[in-house]
Amino acid sequence: MTRKQRRLTMIGGSLAVLAFAAGLVLYGLRSSIVFFSTPSMAAEQHILPGKRFRLGGLVQPGSLVCRATSVTFDVADGSAKLPVAFAGSLPDLFREGQGVVAEGALDASGVFRADTVLAKHDENYMPRDVADALKKQGHWKDDYGKQVSDNVGAPTTCEGRRVTQ
Amino acid sequence: MIAEAGHYALVLALALALIQSTLPILGAHLRDPALMNVARSTALAQLLFVALSFAALVSLHVTSDFSVVNVFENSHSLKPLIYKITGVWGNHEGSMLLWVSILALFGGLVAAFGNNLPLSLRAHVLAVQAWIASAFYLFILITSNPFLRIANPPIEGRDLNPVLQDIGLAVHPPMLYLGYVGFSISFSFAVAALIEGRIDAAWARWVRPWTLVAWIFLTLGIAMGSYWAYYELGWGGWWFWDPVENASLMPWLAGTALLHSLVVMEKRNALKVWTILLSILAFSLSLLGTFLVRSGVLTSVHAFANDPTRGVFILLILCIFIGGSLSLYVWRASALKQGGLFAPISREGALVLNNLFLTTACATVFVGTLYPLALEVLTGDKISVGAPFFDLTFGPLFVPLLIAVPFGPLLAWKRGDLLGAAQRLTVAGVAALIAVAVLWAWTRGGSALAPLAIGLAIFVIAGAFSDLAERTGLFRVPLVTALRRARGLPRSNWGTMFAHAGVGIALIGIVCETTWNSEYIGSMKPNDVARIAGYELKLDGLTQRQGPNYREMAAQFTASLDGKELSTMTPSKRSFTTRGSTTTEAALLTRGFSQLYISLGDLGGDGVIAVRIYHKPMVLLIWFGPVLMALGGMLSLSDRRLRVGAPKPAKALRGLQAAE
Repeated sequence: MTRKQRRLTMIGGSLAVLAFAAGLVLYGLRSSIVFFSTPSMAAEQHILPGKRFRLGGLVQPGSLVCRATSVTFDVADGSAKLPVAFAGSLPDLFREGQGVVAEGALDASGVFRADTVLAKHDENYMPRDVADALKKQGHWKDDYGKQVSDNVGAPTTCEGRRVTQ
Repeated sequence: MIAEAGHYALVLALALALIQSTLPILGAHLRDPALMNVARSTALAQLLFVALSFAALVSLHVTSDFSVVNVFENSHSLKPLIYKITGVWGNHEGSMLLWVSILALFGGLVAAFGNNLPLSLRAHVLAVQAWIASAFYLFILITSNPFLRIANPPIEGRDLNPVLQDIGLAVHPPMLYLGYVGFSISFSFAVAALIEGRIDAAWARWVRPWTLVAWIFLTLGIAMGSYWAYYELGWGGWWFWDPVENASLMPWLAGTALLHSLVVMEKRNALKVWTILLSILAFSLSLLGTFLVRSGVLTSVHAFANDPTRGVFILLILCIFIGGSLSLYVWRASALKQGGLFAPISREGALVLNNLFLTTACATVFVGTLYPLALEVLTGDKISVGAPFFDLTFGPLFVPLLIAVPFGPLLAWKRGDLLGAAQRLTVAGVAALIAVAVLWAWTRGGSALAPLAIGLAIFVIAGAFSDLAERTGLFRVPLVTALRRARGLPRSNWGTMFAHAGVGIALIGIVCETTWNSEYIGSMKPNDVARIAGYELKLDGLTQRQGPNYREMAAQFTASLDGKELSTMTPSKRSFTTRGSTTTEAALLTRGFSQLYISLGDLGGDGVIAVRIYHKPMVLLIWFGPVLMALGGMLSLSDRRLRVGAPKPAKALRGLQAAE
């Protein structure tokens, strides 16, 4: 092989791999990404049942219902709320009044069936998506985090509720 | 007093770094050895002052001086001593101080052990190190000073985030930073080479051990972090494709590619321009990782720092260094002379293939991590790119790479014999096919992909052994001769074998864990029995305990297999009163390479507790593999060639030096 042929082989091979990877990336971005939505955005957009998305908002105080292995609660963003059902145990930092992000899909009756629920590793933390959405709607208070941590006295988790009962 | 001293030491370090970033370059320009040697003394002095500053912060944490904001916010007087120390870098300010300390450590090491480097190269390398250091000192002093005082000191601190109160914090961040920051050395060498417009095989020989050190720590750091997440978060997951994890994976992929291209450069004096680019990219991705984690731009489980001014500052550092070094690359790379020729089928060709796939995989991770950010900035849409995307893109790129791995070491330099290599891999291929067939028969009806993937892993492992057997003549010559040859084999050959086998072993763990793990999620009362994968787990009872700074509810389980009692497991849930938060402490029972995993959920009113029990077959191999890779790296590092250093500058270079 001449020098030129060698170089062409290399460049051709590299381009083939890159094109393959680019194809994978484009296909992957089309098929496997998940959109984020707040309850009011979900209400406006009429998301179809079965379409997966991430739901973010604040856990509506007083809405948490705990059963043996499943829980239901409402996620609210000030102007709308959406009931969420989740089978499994909640993360340690899950609290009423705190920010939460759930991933799943709506069922036929309009209940959001979550398969994962994320709460973040900081008691003052609010998922950024949620904070942005709340700011946009004017429901943001600078002391959100503080307010919640000052409020530890009231039972806002399944565990807390059961202990006080 | 200690806080002010620490602050002052940091300011002095900045001053030294500013001197170090200018005078040596001037010296190199004027060919003045005295000015060039300034780099050495300032680098060592800088290390001393940063170490003092870091020691000051540690002592403030150990003595629980709550008049310092950083200590107040992240410590508590009742916290065990080990977490008082590790808490130093469990927060933004402290972790940035650790970052610069490690940077200064590497700079100091180059200064101390770089005696055999050409004077001007060392001056340039240390000057570039000092540019990075100055930027980060400024960042710490302006936006994240850990030594700030509170006017009215409180009596008690707010405690460290409970999730971080774990031995993992003692090991994971320092390891990861040693890896991240270690790539700054290859970056500085690359930029120095571009400034000097001169690069040769000796350059590669100097850079290789530094890159290896960084890569070993990064490998161990990532594996450690993964294991930490596995046992601490209580979900039993070990990799989430979380942006912060991707931030550490990208430099690892680029660094792995760099290690391989440095071999080509050292041995064959080829791929120079590409190696320089990879050196720049590996550290740029480390900086990007620091930016992603520290600026809080991501919605992420790790985001415990959230402050836009810091974000903008780091973004600025990022732009200056990445933009600057890449511009310099575009401007100067053409000045570097091209090296040796080789056929596509050759050791060089195989290493190019390795680089191609690793950098492409790195690029897909990059797209998957940054696309959501870019889309949000451009259109305002919020999306999350998760595991499905990465599984889809990463898998198909790694399969051909792994198939090629055993071939690489068997091909000759310059012009290789693919057929010959294939013949020598027959045994490995047959072993892989047998593994596939046996697994297929055994798991009939199950996933077809898993046996194939395990077959691939067996091929990689057996291929690594074939290479060794080939080199020692094992099975062809008497055993004694083979053993003698094995002892005489360069350590870097052993390193290659262990590292490649480690990849296969990790793959087996990953496939087994994801395909055959079983879980039991339910609620249990005392004396209930849960059955999983042949094991019986009986809940004996629940107890409350008091720890140093938490209350703990522990559950006792008796694990038995076929009626035989094995051991007791006590998962627990800890409530940290100061922060009003809880952590889940999983209980692990190791059987061979497999593990039983119990984590507790919420306690019900009538003594019913929610539990999650997992059986994870071969899960330990996931981390055993990287440990083996790191071991391979250490063996390579101890290779005589690199240990003695033997870096002989090219003749032209020596001639130049003599003229100075």
